[in-house]
Amino acid sequence: MDTQNCFHCGLDIIKAEEIIFDNKEFCCNGCKTVYEIFSVNDLTCYYDFEKSPGATPLDIKGKYEFLDNENIISKLLDFQETATAIVSLSIPHIHCSSCIWILENLQRLQKGISSSQVNFPEKKVRITYNPEEVSLSEIVYLLSSIGYEPYISLENYETGSKSVDRSLTYKLGVAFFCFGNIMLLSFPEYFEVKEYWLDAYRPFFRWLIFALSLPSFFYSASSYYVSAYKSIKSRMLNIDIPIALGIIVMFVRSTIDIIFDYGSGFFDSLTGLIFFMLLGKMFQIKTYSFLSFERDFKSYFPIAITRINPDSTEQSVPVYDIVKGDRLLIRNQELIPVDGILISDNASIDYSFVTGEAVPITKNSGDKIFAGGKQIGKVIEMDVLHSTSQSYLTQLWSNDVFQKNVEQKHKNITDTISHYFTPILLLIAFVSFGYWIFIDTITAFNVFTSILIVACPCALALTAPFTMGNVLRILGKQKFYLKNALVIEQLAKVDTIVFDKTGTITTNKKTSISYQGNPISDNDNLSLKNLLRASNHPLSRMLYDFLPNMEKKRIADFEEISGKGIQGTIDGKQMKIGSASFVGKKEDNTLLQTAVHITIDAVYFGKYVFNNEYREGLDRLFKVLKDNYQLKVLSGDNDGERRVLETILPKGTELIFNQNPEQKLEFIKKLQQQGSNVLMVGDGLNDAGALAQSNIGVSISENVNVFSPACDAILEANEFQKLHYFLMLSKKAMTTIKMSFALSLLYNVVGLSFAITGNLRPLVAAIIMPLSTITIVSFVTVMSNYYARRLKHKSKKFNK
Amino acid sequence: MSVIYLLISISIFVAVGFFIAFIVAVKSGQYDDDYTPSVRMLFDDEIKKTPKKEIQTTEEKQN
Repeated sequence: MDTQNCFHCGLDIIKAEEIIFDNKEFCCNGCKTVYEIFSVNDLTCYYDFEKSPGATPLDIKGKYEFLDNENIISKLLDFQETATAIVSLSIPHIHCSSCIWILENLQRLQKGISSSQVNFPEKKVRITYNPEEVSLSEIVYLLSSIGYEPYISLENYETGSKSVDRSLTYKLGVAFFCFGNIMLLSFPEYFEVKEYWLDAYRPFFRWLIFALSLPSFFYSASSYYVSAYKSIKSRMLNIDIPIALGIIVMFVRSTIDIIFDYGSGFFDSLTGLIFFMLLGKMFQIKTYSFLSFERDFKSYFPIAITRINPDSTEQSVPVYDIVKGDRLLIRNQELIPVDGILISDNASIDYSFVTGEAVPITKNSGDKIFAGGKQIGKVIEMDVLHSTSQSYLTQLWSNDVFQKNVEQKHKNITDTISHYFTPILLLIAFVSFGYWIFIDTITAFNVFTSILIVACPCALALTAPFTMGNVLRILGKQKFYLKNALVIEQLAKVDTIVFDKTGTITTNKKTSISYQGNPISDNDNLSLKNLLRASNHPLSRMLYDFLPNMEKKRIADFEEISGKGIQGTIDGKQMKIGSASFVGKKEDNTLLQTAVHITIDAVYFGKYVFNNEYREGLDRLFKVLKDNYQLKVLSGDNDGERRVLETILPKGTELIFNQNPEQKLEFIKKLQQQGSNVLMVGDGLNDAGALAQSNIGVSISENVNVFSPACDAILEANEFQKLHYFLMLSKKAMTTIKMSFALSLLYNVVGLSFAITGNLRPLVAAIIMPLSTITIVSFVTVMSNYYARRLKHKSKKFNK
Repeated sequence: MSVIYLLISISIFVAVGFFIAFIVAVKSGQYDDDYTPSVRMLFDDEIKKTPKKEIQTTEEKQN
């Protein structure tokens, strides 16, 4: 093995920190330990399925103490009895077959676990264990120690076991069963052979067919009747009215046909139609079960937090039980669940969840700290000011936008067509009925029903589901996950795009660093790097990573003054790195930037400035978008970056700063009142209101499995520059739908010409119906794939 | 020829049997996760092979 990558996690190995164990190279002690655990337990074929599948285990000491609280455990378990308990844990790291293998062999690592089963699409593992032999917290620690830390949040605490809605699957099953059997039994009728035995058994066949059609008619198609009834009630002509009408007329006429022995009826077409339409519905539903589009603050907040009782004992309590006046203990990387006052000397709090701002804010004793921040560094203590639901951040969710449960915000394209289609259809039916009634009453009824049967807009109703379903899958493959198919239609209508700044058009993680001031010699830079090594402050870490890699030096008199800076003596030179006041420079308040200043031997040199780094391809994306859309940038930050943004973004882009979550929401609302269709692109929880208010809320996420507020679509962060392509594709999807509408209307015209002249035989119906369905479905699939490929090709060329 | 009543009835019953099997399968959640089982079925053999391989590596370690 001569790779430079860690055998366990696949990350690059820093030479100085390399660990060789069992002839394999590891990047850190954590990875080595996981390998050791596996090799002791004969589980090393974990590494055979996939190359370097692991993750470095993180230090989680104390993080899961709440799992010893009986009340909390009982909320998390799916099933509990004295000797068996079942728990489902969500593990974001699950990504390959090795993961499945190791997680399903947990019983070899821990006594007391009887079995475990992975659900890969949902990234969940279901563990059955004996609570007398092993506790839930031991299992969680075991999982964390092998790099599979489960994600347990307040969300798990509230929702019990969810029931899955499988009615569509049942309906489809019933419809297919009826359709298949009826097709088989109808064959003799298709050939109309004048054969003695066939004639003799004809009634038997027909009544059997009739009986088989009943479940399909009454059960499978029931959703169409309900929807048609609802739409009549609300005076909106949706596509389900002609469908339901067609189905009912078809059934009644067919029943009359066989009762009076007029013919065989249209049961084959009827059940086929129901089956194909349900199939379309099924195809349209593509769920990304490992994603959640309905998240609110609950999925971010911890279940429990450590409370310090008056007698100074520590206790793990559920977040909802926290009341004003409690004293809490917040550990490194723990989320602050409530607003409060800092008691400890100082804290550096990372508000990136809330604001998207990556650089932590330093707070001193007595400062107010808000829910949603993450403590970085040492343990802090705080006093509670408000309960969780009344905190500044969580109050956003009491806004109306989150209360409304809108089933469907807009009329979709199929219903718009149906608005014209239905009256025209009824008109044709009545006119031909009026014409034929003077010639022959029976033919008149036949023609009337035939028209309603043949015009039943099966192909029309299938167009949109199949196109959207296909586009949904195409987008999903490119890491743009839509909540449902209706989103595509909305995407095509968008005319205004609002971007959040921090975390959306800037990256969350990387910060570009630039130096301003007198040049520093290489040797001094080396000393600086060594000084920074000793500090754990986030800015120090960032600057340390930024400076070039060099040898180590000895530091003397190192001192870190919290909230100010660090100092030390290297090679006889006294160095200070820190805030402007720390190095004794007059602070320039007009410059709203994050910077650390440097003095060497009390001589001021200059400062390292931390700039936001903008996403790759941002300027190009804005340039292409500007032609077709109104662009706006909303930011919760101060306007320190205004000048930079103005140079990057095209002219005419509106920049608005200092917006709090409610103001963002109001801003979107105002745009909508002016008649715009707004696409909001955001990331943090502070955008949650704006995302919910906008016509389409797209959430940008670095890690799609875990962090994203409620929205209509989730876009993986590194696909950001493809946004224009996604918008174009959605427009093309609508074009495809319109083209195939024309095609299916053509089929209707052909069918109608048969019907009006009174020539619609069951056989003709049985041919037209599947034929139109198949051509439409293949047409839309081919077209949407074609557009997807062509646009991709185009955008690739453009990005080069 | 009246055997046709019997034959068709039998065929319908067989079909209904399969249909019920389908409903039971859906109800038990078999179709909720259609990916993991496809990977899982490839594992069985590997587990038996592991100990042999592992002994070798532990021996190496001891040397």
